[in-house]
Amino acid sequence: MKIYARQRHRVLQVITRLLVPFVLIFGLYVQFHGDYGPGGGFQAGVIFASAFILYGLIFGLQRTRRVLPPSVLRWLMSLGVLIYAGTGVLTMLLGGNLLDYDVLAHDPLHGQHWGIFAVELGVGVTVTAVMVSLFYGFASKR
Amino acid sequence: MMDQLPALQVMLPMVAAPLIVIIRHPFWSWLIATLISVCACWVSWLMLQQVVDGSIIRYAIGGWEAPTGIEFYVDRANAGVALLVSGLSSVVLVYAYHSIKRTVDTSKHYLFYAGWLLCLTGLIGMVITGDAFNVFVFLEISSLSTYMLIAFGSDRQALVASFRYLVMGSVGASFILIGIGFLYAATGTLNMVDLAARIPDTESPRAVLVAFSFLTVGLMIKAAVFPLHGWLLNAYHHAPIAVTAFLAGTATKVSLYILVRMFFSIFGDEYSFGYLLLNWVLLPSAIAAFVTMSLVAIYQTDLRRMLAYSSVAQIGYILAGISLATQQGLTAAVVHMFNHGMVKATLFMAVGCVLYRAGHAHIPSLERMMSRMPFTTTAFILSGLGLIGVPLTVGFVSKFTLINALMEKGWWPAVVMILASSVMATAYIGRVVYLMLFREARESSASGEGYQEVPLLMLVPMYALLALGLYFGLFGSQTLGIASGAAESLLGGYQ
Repeated sequence: MKIYARQRHRVLQVITRLLVPFVLIFGLYVQFHGDYGPGGGFQAGVIFASAFILYGLIFGLQRTRRVLPPSVLRWLMSLGVLIYAGTGVLTMLLGGNLLDYDVLAHDPLHGQHWGIFAVELGVGVTVTAVMVSLFYGFASKR
Repeated sequence: MMDQLPALQVMLPMVAAPLIVIIRHPFWSWLIATLISVCACWVSWLMLQQVVDGSIIRYAIGGWEAPTGIEFYVDRANAGVALLVSGLSSVVLVYAYHSIKRTVDTSKHYLFYAGWLLCLTGLIGMVITGDAFNVFVFLEISSLSTYMLIAFGSDRQALVASFRYLVMGSVGASFILIGIGFLYAATGTLNMVDLAARIPDTESPRAVLVAFSFLTVGLMIKAAVFPLHGWLLNAYHHAPIAVTAFLAGTATKVSLYILVRMFFSIFGDEYSFGYLLLNWVLLPSAIAAFVTMSLVAIYQTDLRRMLAYSSVAQIGYILAGISLATQQGLTAAVVHMFNHGMVKATLFMAVGCVLYRAGHAHIPSLERMMSRMPFTTTAFILSGLGLIGVPLTVGFVSKFTLINALMEKGWWPAVVMILASSVMATAYIGRVVYLMLFREARESSASGEGYQEVPLLMLVPMYALLALGLYFGLFGSQTLGIASGAAESLLGGYQ
């Protein structure tokens, strides 16, 4: 199956262009509202990545690769882990145990809030990058 | 800082691995990996100093206390294993530089060393965690990176070996997860100390029994216990030799440690060995392992494969010690974990040196190695003696303890079997030594060039490990002291 064709699938292309921003916004919502409601880094990462995968299915791998090059993905994958682990190291440097968010801010409640926020951000970044590179990996096989 | 040691132990390699992926430089990634591994080794040494008198470190992650939160639980038993893992990783990483440069494409070095550090993270995490589910998580981290490391092997069969290990390893990991799930259903907790307290008066003993069976079989697969060892042979044979040296010394030992921890600390030895008669499962499989595998090892033509079979046999010795369920038996098992880890890593490093120069490890073509590569051959022979268990070597210390423990219990047939398998070990090591020392070279290979000694960066770590092995062979009471303390901690259960 040919997954891209410039002139055909006009309807799909237009709908995708409309849809992608909303998917991205919803991904961000799930990410940053995750500590109040249902959501969090894993779900947000998958939703965020699904926008790129949808774009890739309709507009082809090459154009998606121009938007999000594999080298950037590799970088993002590590960055996410580093954000997570860095939060842990930071709490240790500030005198708490590993991932003890209480010490991150002036009072424990805010500390917990910021800690969860940072850790989930790390998870989200890594999951997005891994999902998209899985898609690249499978889609580029002939 | 001293009370953060358990967390540092896991976080050091975990932070360094993504850093290496970002830096993407072959030399720097090796340097970072080695330095971090040495730091981790230093940390576990400090940790062992803290607990060697019998005290316990309980480290609450996130500040949440134990039954609610996740904790690291360090006592004499696992601090020693952590030191073994991080120490071997450091030594073999120093060694790996040249050997990996030759076999792995330079553009992939950063992935290799990042994978190595993740494997180290997983193995150390499995050892020091006090949470049953975290054992599974760290097991997955170490297994996935191990599959990757094995696939870096230079021939195409490495991919098949890696895939076979992936299938078997996933089965093992799923069994472990199912076991943990049943335990959670039966007791409502995942903390190991809490599990040990709640299992005796659980309302659903059948679920606990199912959990016990799944955990045992799953861990036996990961530890390559005799009938479930199929993945190990190809994996050790085709992986890059540095990876083999690291895994042979650590991966199966860590699984065996978890097995012991589960039998004695979580379920308790009355449950495991009194009620379930586990020693009638473990001992036959142990004996079958060291008899048949030593026998098969004699007929191998590839040095790596021969040592892989020998590894399965040596796991049999450790298992025999475990199946005794006595203080002395467990001491023998623990001390043999260390001794065999050191000896087998040295042997595989020597094989790696042969591979580095000769490009193969075909035993019949190894004649007159002594005159070509004297240092490598000497290291191979000396650690080979340790593997056989010649007096004054580490192998003797652990075999002597094991035989003593078996005689104490009156299991004479097992003693005879151990002696028989030692004779076989003499045969398979002796055959190689004979070829290396005395057999005249054939015309075709006599003029082969490129048979100088390997670079210093490969010899020095190999000899450091060899010296350590010889030292512990001469002064066996030191390792035995720590091992008997570890056995005491394991048999005593959780306080």
